[in-house]
Amino acid sequence: MAREMTGAEMVIAALKDQGVDVIFGYPGGAVLPIYDVLYDHQHAIHHVLVRHEQGAAHAAEGYARSSGRPGVMLVTSGPGATNSVTGLTDALMDSVPVVCITGQVPTHLIGSDAFQECDTVGITRHCTKHNYLVRSVDDLPRILHEAFYVARHGRPGPVVIDIPKDVQFARGSYFGPKNAEHKTYRPQLVGDPEKIEQAVSMMAAAKRPIFYTGGGVINAGPQASRLLRELVAATGFPITSTLMGLGAYPASGENWLGMLGMHGTFEANNAMHDCDLMIALGARFDDRITGRLDQFSPGSEKIHVDIDPSSINKNVKIDLGIVGDCTHVIGALLERWRARGCEADAGALKKWWAQIGKWRARKSLSYRRSDKVIKPQRAVERLYAATKGRDCYITTEVGQHQMWAAQHYHFEAPNRWITSGGLGTMGFGLPAAIGVQMAHPNALVVDIAGEGSILMNIQELSTAAQYRLPVKVFILNNEYLGMVRQWQELLHGGRYSQSYSAALPDFVKLAKAFGAHGISCSDPADLDAAIAEMIETPGTVLFDCRIDKTENCLPMIPSGKAHNEMILPDDADLEAEIDALGKALV
Amino acid sequence: MNAPAAPLSPYSSAIGKSNVETHTLSVLVDNEPGVLARVVGLFSGRGYNIESLTVAEVAHTEQLSRITIVTSGPPEAIEQIGHQLERLVPIHAVTDLTLRGNAVERELAMIKVAGTGASRDEALRLAEAFRARVIDTTIESFVFELTGAASKIDQFVELMRPIGLVEVSRTGIAAMSRGKDPI
Repeated sequence: MAREMTGAEMVIAALKDQGVDVIFGYPGGAVLPIYDVLYDHQHAIHHVLVRHEQGAAHAAEGYARSSGRPGVMLVTSGPGATNSVTGLTDALMDSVPVVCITGQVPTHLIGSDAFQECDTVGITRHCTKHNYLVRSVDDLPRILHEAFYVARHGRPGPVVIDIPKDVQFARGSYFGPKNAEHKTYRPQLVGDPEKIEQAVSMMAAAKRPIFYTGGGVINAGPQASRLLRELVAATGFPITSTLMGLGAYPASGENWLGMLGMHGTFEANNAMHDCDLMIALGARFDDRITGRLDQFSPGSEKIHVDIDPSSINKNVKIDLGIVGDCTHVIGALLERWRARGCEADAGALKKWWAQIGKWRARKSLSYRRSDKVIKPQRAVERLYAATKGRDCYITTEVGQHQMWAAQHYHFEAPNRWITSGGLGTMGFGLPAAIGVQMAHPNALVVDIAGEGSILMNIQELSTAAQYRLPVKVFILNNEYLGMVRQWQELLHGGRYSQSYSAALPDFVKLAKAFGAHGISCSDPADLDAAIAEMIETPGTVLFDCRIDKTENCLPMIPSGKAHNEMILPDDADLEAEIDALGKALV
Repeated sequence: MNAPAAPLSPYSSAIGKSNVETHTLSVLVDNEPGVLARVVGLFSGRGYNIESLTVAEVAHTEQLSRITIVTSGPPEAIEQIGHQLERLVPIHAVTDLTLRGNAVERELAMIKVAGTGASRDEALRLAEAFRARVIDTTIESFVFELTGAASKIDQFVELMRPIGLVEVSRTGIAAMSRGKDPI
């Protein structure tokens, strides 16, 4: 069923065959043939013209993470490709399926330092799951379909297809995505049955078990979250999650301990430290999670389920590693648990929950209330209260506001929380929100931002305006690069080197300039009304929420410390908590 | 390329300082542009060590190449290297020949030695003892070709040094498992 067409036409045909209806991009000389074909297909493929290619990448990520479908971006050669690198790296770190099509100078000019030439596959080799330079139009259909296959299967990730301009003009035979798997790339989806049995036995014997779940559960699809909930209910075990995994288990669920890690709850981190069985599902033992490695959960046996074999035993020694997709493995664990009539050790579990209750009683997320100044935690709490029960998606930038959002906004479902975890990319939230809104036109999409981060991709307000996207940007403005300021307070004796935002724009006027609605609020008494105004105003809203300037994000596991050595909000001397070794860490 | 074996992660002191081991990995890859750059980039990007690397196409119709890498590090790092290699999309299979045991490893070297008179005779005598072949000769030089285990080549090179060693070119190690089964 091959059809004769140009390379540029193949790109559009392949996007359609892959079910792509939205792409994010920016035109330029080396992709003009593709844009020319796109001109005739604007109703089938909705192109969102971003204002910077980094924005296209984050928008594609937001689209992918909120919808479960791959995000697609189209950019030109040279600067178009290099501007995409941060977003591609972000997608690689957080395992987001993104297909990035880049234009390239014509084949005969490659290597000649031509105008807007760069070694795109060379530059992106380290920040993509895989990439291709298409040397012949005959390879193009296969590569296009293979790229989608690779981006989606196994541990998802970004894939770059670099297409020289002459290949876009050349004619060849196009074929559809049938049998377009990679010839050898076959990730293992189903866990080893023997290991599943062993895991179930370990779970039945556990006295102080804990589920530690991550972004892998979300990436595996909504069915994995449903099965996880059943498994938690069937076992009665407590559950905590990484930043990336929030929403897989509902925050209102009885067994929920809150997020773990550097800014996780006291109960989650202590339970991780004291457990005798840790069941890690789609999480990767990142350094934000483990804290000091040689004191990480010293008395536990560890089961690790991951689709990426290299995640197992990478940072932490695992007792039972199961390679597989979370949907399959959680499903198998649940099925075997039930089929074998397993029951948790009720007496031991009761004691364990009693201990967890004591940790919970410390109320580690509490903070000093104020009626004079808006506390950032309060702002997130009120935003949560105002949006609870609505069809709502939250994106964030990176820093203190991100952690406050993770702590005080509560997620009931997967794919609702879109944040830059692995790479920690400031400027992520606004373009990501644009991507989310394109995937969910009728949903309420809020970017919880900081005044530092938002300025890193503020130009995307123009994109939001152009497509009338009603994204809400909720800026927790403390006039500081807050997390930097906090670390300088903790580690550098309060020498606030370059962390004060000295020349901030008037965000209300800025909103107006971009055709958006601006709101400013600094009085706690006005907060609820202002949040309601933000939600009810149609169109893009920029909310400048002026918060307490020096609030620290707590609780916190200081660098170089273990899970049971947290700083709680009522602890006084922060700096004394961190030793020399800790200061050298990030 | 012989940088000290890098730790697994900045926190790897916690994993335990185990003995550094040298392993030979046999990696079957699609012979496509950039595949070697991916492999080498993975080693440099993650701080792994390459002691020797050889690559050539081994099956023309299937377009497969075999890369043989000698690497060193603690066992945990070597296990991790194997998994990281397997993640690369064009890689078909990674086999740790050292872990499997019982592999044959060979290297080819060319060794240029200059000299006249007694030292020339001595060079030839030693070459015969090592079964090195003379592949080029002038009145005052030889180029020897020697195949064998890396340690044998090391030994031969050391013996040639006082006699008049000029330079050495080595291919790096090619390896294969013994017996009838493929790797």
